[in-house]
Parts: sequence; C-alpha cells; structure tokens
Amino acid sequence: MAVKIINEKCIGCSICEKNCPFGAIKIENKLAVVLDNCTGCGVCVKDCPKNAIENNATSMSNVDITLYHGVWVFAEQRQGKLMPVAIELLGEGKRLADEIGTEVCAILCGDNVDGLVDELFEYGADKVYYANMPELSTYTADGYTDAIYRAILKYKPEIVLLGATHIGRDLGPSLAVKCGTGLTADCTKLDVDPEDKKLMQTRPAFGGNLMATIVCPGHRPQMSTVRPGVMAKAERTSGKKGQLIDLKAELKLKFKAGDIRQKVLDIVKSTAEIVNLTDAEIIVSGGNGLGNAEGFKLIKQLADKLGGTVGASRAAVDAGWIDHSHQVGQTGTTVKPKIYFACGISGAIQHLAGMQSSDYIIAINKNENAPIFEVTDYGIVGDLYKVIPAIIEALDAQAA
Amino acid sequence: MKIVVCAKQVPDTNEVKIDPVKGTLIRDGVPSILNPDDANALEAALKIKDDYAGTDVTVVSMGPPQATIMLKECIAMGADNAVLLSSRAFGGADTCATSTTIAAGIKKVGDVDIIFAGRQAIDGDTAQVGPQVAQRLGLPFVTYVQNVRELNEKERKVVVERQLEDGFEVIEVGLPCVLTAVKELNTPRYMQVGRILYACDEADIKVWNEQDLTLDPADCGLNASPTKVMRSFTPPPKGKGEMLTGTVTEMANSVVGKLHEKHLI
Amino acid sequence: MVLTEKYQLVKKLARDFAENEIPQELQDEIEATHELPVAFREKIAKSGLLGIKAPKSLGGQGADTLAYVLMIEEIARVSMVSSIYISGANSLGSGPLMLAGTQEQLEKYLRPIAEGRMYPAFGLTEPGAGSDAGGVQTTAVKDGDYWILNGRKCFITAAPYADYTMIFAKTDPKAGSRGITTFIMDMNLPGISLGKPENKMGIIGVPTSDIIMEDVCVHDNDRLGDVNKGFSNAMKTLDYGRLGVSAQSLGVGQAALDEAVKYAKERKQFGQRIGDFQAIRFMIADMATELYAARELVYNACILKDKNDPQASMYCSMAKYYASEMCNHLAYKAVQIHGGYGYIKDYKVERLYRDARVNSLFEGTSQIQQIVIANNLLK
Repeated sequence: MAVKIINEKCIGCSICEKNCPFGAIKIENKLAVVLDNCTGCGVCVKDCPKNAIENNATSMSNVDITLYHGVWVFAEQRQGKLMPVAIELLGEGKRLADEIGTEVCAILCGDNVDGLVDELFEYGADKVYYANMPELSTYTADGYTDAIYRAILKYKPEIVLLGATHIGRDLGPSLAVKCGTGLTADCTKLDVDPEDKKLMQTRPAFGGNLMATIVCPGHRPQMSTVRPGVMAKAERTSGKKGQLIDLKAELKLKFKAGDIRQKVLDIVKSTAEIVNLTDAEIIVSGGNGLGNAEGFKLIKQLADKLGGTVGASRAAVDAGWIDHSHQVGQTGTTVKPKIYFACGISGAIQHLAGMQSSDYIIAINKNENAPIFEVTDYGIVGDLYKVIPAIIEALDAQAA
Repeated sequence: MKIVVCAKQVPDTNEVKIDPVKGTLIRDGVPSILNPDDANALEAALKIKDDYAGTDVTVVSMGPPQATIMLKECIAMGADNAVLLSSRAFGGADTCATSTTIAAGIKKVGDVDIIFAGRQAIDGDTAQVGPQVAQRLGLPFVTYVQNVRELNEKERKVVVERQLEDGFEVIEVGLPCVLTAVKELNTPRYMQVGRILYACDEADIKVWNEQDLTLDPADCGLNASPTKVMRSFTPPPKGKGEMLTGTVTEMANSVVGKLHEKHLI
Repeated sequence: MVLTEKYQLVKKLARDFAENEIPQELQDEIEATHELPVAFREKIAKSGLLGIKAPKSLGGQGADTLAYVLMIEEIARVSMVSSIYISGANSLGSGPLMLAGTQEQLEKYLRPIAEGRMYPAFGLTEPGAGSDAGGVQTTAVKDGDYWILNGRKCFITAAPYADYTMIFAKTDPKAGSRGITTFIMDMNLPGISLGKPENKMGIIGVPTSDIIMEDVCVHDNDRLGDVNKGFSNAMKTLDYGRLGVSAQSLGVGQAALDEAVKYAKERKQFGQRIGDFQAIRFMIADMATELYAARELVYNACILKDKNDPQASMYCSMAKYYASEMCNHLAYKAVQIHGGYGYIKDYKVERLYRDARVNSLFEGTSQIQQIVIANNLLK
C-alpha cells in the first residue's frame, strides 16, 4: 500500500472511494480502507477534503545515484538506417541533458554502420557508444541486451531513453531487469524536476483515460521508452563531431555460440502499402460513421486532394473496412499533423488520445453531441457523404 | 508439454468514462475482464494442447482474490490448472516487482516448456512484464508473436513470427522460452458451459502468497518497485472550437477558407 | 437475483457468442433468406450449444436450468430466432429423450444432438390439436416389431432442419390423453413429407412446417417410454420449454429496453432529448420494472424446477405467462418511443415487435398458462 489513511481525520465521506481509478479504496465503518490493489497513484491524496490521506511511498535505494551521469539515447537502426524516433530522442535527450547540466550520448549497435555515427553527432550526440559487431547487425533481445547492459554497467548513465517501437519495447524491459532498475513504458512527456534533477516520466494509462507521472527515485539509470512521433526531432548541424567510444574494444565484447538464443531466420516486409501516419502533415480519418468499407474511397479522395494520408478509428479497423496500419489512437499510431480531419468518428477516448495534439482538427459528424467536437477547431454537423464532396468542390474552386 | 500462461484481470478500459464535471474516471459498473492479449496467449497454449496429447496448461495470475473469476474463465476455455498469486505484500507492484512475483510463481509450477503471456495489459499498456519474467527466469523470449509457425518438441525449439511496425521477423528460439502474444496471433475460443461448471464447482484454484513462493516481502510489491507514481491526472481536454453553421456548401467553403487563411493548404 | 460467479460466466459466454457471432449483417441475411446459414448452424453445434442441458456423460454440457435460461436469454437479446434454434434442440428436442430414453436411445440420439451432429424436432401440435394437445389424431398401430404412423403434425419448429422428430401419436384411440405414445421418428423414413414452410410474422429464419406421415414404419426400439405414457412426457417437456420461452421473452424485453433507452437519449424534439420528457421517462421506468419482475419470476421458477418442487409446473407457467406478455408490452413501448422510425425495418425495434408476438402463443398460449395456474390453485 502506498497511501495511508489517517483515521483520526477521515470522516468517511467516500470521495476517495468514488474517485480512485483503481477501485482500491473502500469505506468500512465510516472509515476509508486502502485495499491491496492500491498502486500509490495519489489521486485520493489531493482529492481528500480533510487531508486525511498521505502518500507513504518510501524511497529505497540500492545504488549510489550520484555516480550516474549523462543522458543516453538508444540509436535504433534497422538495415543500417536510423529510426526517426532515435532523432526525436536525441532532441528530447539534449533538452533534458541541458536542464540537468550533463551530456547527451547515443548508444548504437550494428554491423559496420559507421555512417550512422557521424549522423548521430550531427543530430547533437556529444558521445556515441558504438558496439560494432556482425552479431549485432540485426536486433536480437539477447545480443543487444548484453552489449548495452555492459556499457551501462561501465559508464553509468543516469537516464536511458529508448523509442517505444517493437524493438525498444522488447529491449527496454529486459535491460531494466538486468540493471535492477525501473522502466516507464511508452512515455509521452518527459521533464526534469527542477529541485532534485530527477526524471519525471508522464505516460497514458487506462487506454488514455488517465495520465500518470512516474519517477524512479532510488535506482539508476532512470529508463523510459518514449512513444514515437511525440517528441520534436533534433536539429541537424552538419559537420558537428563528438567523441566515439568503441564498445567492442572497451568492453571486450564477444559472443559465443548460444549466447544469442533468438535466431532471426528472415525479415519480411509487409507487402501492404506502408502507411506513414507519424510523419503525415495532413490526415483524413474515417470512422464508424462511414457505414461501410466503400466509404474509405471518399476519405481517400479528400486525402489525395489535400496531399494527405488516410487514417481510421478503431471502430473502422475492427469492422474490417481498412487495415490496422491506418489506425490512429491509443492502440494505433499517435499522430500530430498540421490538419486532422475526423469524418464519422464519434471521438472515443482511445482515438482522442492519439490525435488531439494535432494543430488543427476538423470534425464532420451527424451527431452534434459527439465527443469529437470537444476537441475540434472547426466542427461540422452533417452527413459526411454530403459534406466531404462539398469540401472537395470548395478546394477545387480555391485552386482555380 | 507443460505450458504456463500469464494472465491478468483488468478493467475493461473501453467502458471507462470520464466524469465531465470532475474530470475523474468513472469506475462504477466497469466490468473486470480477462486482458485481451492474455486471451490470445491462452488460445496459443490451448492450440498446442489440441495438437499434443498430454499437454498441461496452467494459468498464472497475480492479483486480488476477486481475480479468481477470471481464472475460472480460463479453465472454462480449456486450461487445466490455475494459480492466483495473491497477498497484501504484492500490492502496489510496478512491472519490475510484478515480474519477480510471477517468475517465482512459474518456478513453483516447475518444468515449464513454454510460457505464453499477452503482449500488454490494457490498464497499464506497459508490455514489460512478459520479457521481464523471462529475464528473471533466465529464459530467452520473443515479444509481439503474431504466428507460431512450427513447434518441434523433439529438437526443443519453436519458430515464430515477431510482428514489426512494417512487417515481421521469423525467429527460432529454443525451449523453454517466453513468448508474448499479439491479437493477430489467433482468435480466442469461447468458454464451454460444461467447463464453466467444472471451473466453478470442481476445479481447485490455488492461491499462493509470498511464503508459498519463498519470497522475501522486501522483494515484493511496492517495496520492490523502483518506479513510483508521483501523480496521476486525467488529460485536460482540448477546448471546444467553433461549430460551423449554414448549408453544407457554406460550411465546406468556410472550412476551406479558414485553412487557406492560416496558410495550412 | 444476485448471480454467482458460475452464472456470471455463463452469461458472459452467451453474450460474447451472441455479440461476436450474430452481427447485424447476419441478422439481416437471416431475415432476407428465411434461413439460418449452414455455417452459422455448424458454429452453434460445434460450440456445444445444442447440448447445454444434456448430461456430460452423454457429450452434453450438464447445465442446470438456470444456466440454460441465462444462455437462451442472452442469445435472444441479440437474435430471438437464433435462440429458438438452440432451445429447440435443448428443450423440446432433447427433453422427451432425457425424460424417458433408455441407455441405448440416449447414446443413439441424445449424444449426437448434444455433440452437435444431429438436430431434433418436437411433433405434438396438429391442425385439430393445438391447446388441446390431448386430442391428437395421428395414429400408431403395432405391426410386429414396427409401428405404422399416419397423420399430420403442424407448426413444427425447425422441421426442415430436423434429422429426427419426437412424434406423439395415439396408440389407444379410446383413451384420450392417456392413449398417447412417443416415437423417435427418423426424418429420412419413407412416407414422410414436409409441408411448405409457413410464412410467419416473426422469428424468420427457423422454418416452421407441417410433417405429413403416410404409413411410416418406426421400429419398436424407437418407441420412447411406455406405451400410452407419452402425454405426461410431453407436458413435462413443455415445463422446460416454457422456461425457454420465458428466457427468450427476457432477452427480447431487454433488447427492447436497451433500444428504447438508446433512442431516448439520442433523439431530439422540441429542442431537447425525448428522454427528458416525462411521457417517455415513465414508459421507460415501467419497462425496466416489468422486465426486472419477470426476470426474478423466471429465474426463481428455474430453481424450483431443478428442486422438483411439487408446484414447479405452476411457477413455470407463471413465468412464461408473465414474461411473454411483458416482452410484448416492452416491444410495443419501444416502438412507441421510436415513433414513426420504429415502424420501419431500419430500426431494430421493428423486428423485436414481430418476434415478441410469438412468445405468448407458442408452447402454450397465455390463456393455457392461466388454466394451468388456476388448475393448480383450485384443484
């Protein structure tokens, strides 16, 4: 239990019971009782009108945290190409490093990807820790965990950031357990506590219904996976240099047969058209209100007219009208285009979580009470099958 | 074959709504369900059981006593046994501490060939516990498994497809191992009425606490969690914008005009 | 009634199955083609839903009556006609077997039904013997090891789908209801023909037709129970059948209430949600209350039936009477709340209204239930 009820102050008003996001408080005999499933989120602490709840989370420590310095960014590469999220992390890592007053470093694993080292310097890395070995050509959980774990052990970074990609979310957990530290998944916001310089990691939970800010007070490094597409990319300064550390030599890295237990037999690219929602400047999304798969033809027509990309709500994907790769939202892709059209999307919280930081949101929906209108810049109540053709016509007129 | 499936009881986040006035979560009437990815994990195990006679499937979950209904659901779908790891000492665990407890539970089950877990739980969306359990047990793992291509009992290996954002990898890994399932892996089967009766009237659902697992309470729950929730809040809604009025053509012209004005198109 | 975990899981199973496997498109297809697609019937069979009540030792699920009723209710909430296909096999089809079958007959007929390999029908009603079931005219005359059946059954639910039908025939023409014997009739036997499926108001998709028997030879091994003891078998089976109809009524009633509440929240007139008008609010309050009362009555009757309570039959009739009338009231009000939209097929309440109607007619009209209740009180 992470919160404590001060029985003398508790009046059994049940505000905490109603507001607890985890259902972990019960009123018994007119006193609040904290149940086993309390996560210590602290919602009740601030809600209590009588200040009868206190957070008694104790900070434990197994390491001397003062020995840890620097912000590390996992420079994820696939087939010799840096993933965009690595550049976003360098930008964010630099910002955090500046606030703490330390350096930002990249950690790169691969086989002869020397070109990436310079790229990382140009994107702002002060140092690049480079594990250059044929065994690390393609990601494997065992190979990468081992190399990076040993680097962390030796160089002791205070923060390690990984992209929350299918690789980052495989590597991060395994690495955190090896390091005996915590890991916060899929963060959408990072900050440094101005007082003690610790990392404050904010992430959505409950399908985007709740945001939680998480800290890792007593363990190092502080590790987060960060959702792609959320942080601003680092600026590139051509010609910028930094210090290169050759991990193979420094750590005497060597892999014996059986050390890497996952054998990658093949990598298959999806034959479906690659949908790049993350980088799209304009997205036109369709939802349940389309009524059928055919409706996406109209959505595509508008998207093509605007030079945009087609998105979809979960309802449309679940109905089988369009491929999952188009899905925007908590369980799909998070996007922040300049313009987001939501057509026939009611605005379930899962969807809003993935698109509400778009610059301009335009919603078309029959139901004037649809929650989507709560986040839109311009709302149109009407039949999308009439409104969209009218918009296309207006665009044509504008162009002429 | 002996298979363990890790499962979690979660609130159905699709049913969670925000109180528009207070900005808090409304939990009243939100049903607790078997975590969807975990249902795929269980189905993967049951498919193996269909193919390999004598396979034993044990579901392991950590949670409060009420979670037994979810374990009964797993038995009703076809699992042989179920264990609930439950104790006040396990409360407030982050993924790091959770994985310690679950790994201890799996060790106590013993001699496991494959451990299936869901990729992630919908209440936390961390996707961390599966690989962390593997790391604690010293087992190889593959996450985001979208297909089990081949299981070779003799050579003690399995070939799976691991989902990537733009395709998949084909990975071979030796047994025992941990595999985490995504929803594309399969369609979970329904419970059977007769199995429900068995699960509720006859099946013995074991409940193990930290003593049963010979775990030091200091290694469990909040005590053993490096991460702490500093605060939680409901995301502030973006303010409501302008509702356009007029005929369809007027509204269409208006929106195009506004975007043009702002040099967005 | 507060449901225990066991019944909560049964309800969840039924709800998951109904919502996933009977989507709107399938419901529309069923209405349009007047058929349950073969693939859908196979899915039902494979899921063990035709043997919910059959014992586990015979390949069934071994459920008690309450679990069975919960299954039927939840499926009827989504699709009444699908629930009829399921209840047909479970209660009317299997009921006579479970009550009177020999071990050989159970193995030969009940097991395949429970395992979903065979579908049964129940042949009691005749053109001249509806409510007065004792007045059946179909005859069975002993001829060596065989019985020769002649006559006509009507309104036989799912007759075109059936592999076997439980036929109730007169074996002692002078003895009235005490001269009726039950036979398990293979629908492939020579001399059997089917009438054209009836063109019904609702529950479209499970065809209902006549079965005509002309010198059909049924072996004595397929005689179910003792000679001249068929009527009580039919009546006991109908007790379960009536609980099945009660469950269907609860499902349709719940669906009507759900649709009415949804529409009352969405639809705006005079500048506000129609659900804010007292006229609509009172209707919805009445609907919910009637539904709740019916549900308690039905669930309680299930428990009494399983306990072999001497008055169980009366309580089954009360449940069937009240619940079937209830679902008609609710369907009526749900259409009323929808206004003109409720009268067109784009809205679900239109079908609910037609489907509800049969519940106070089949397996004993409301008036027959009243007779059963009164007979129990005034005997």
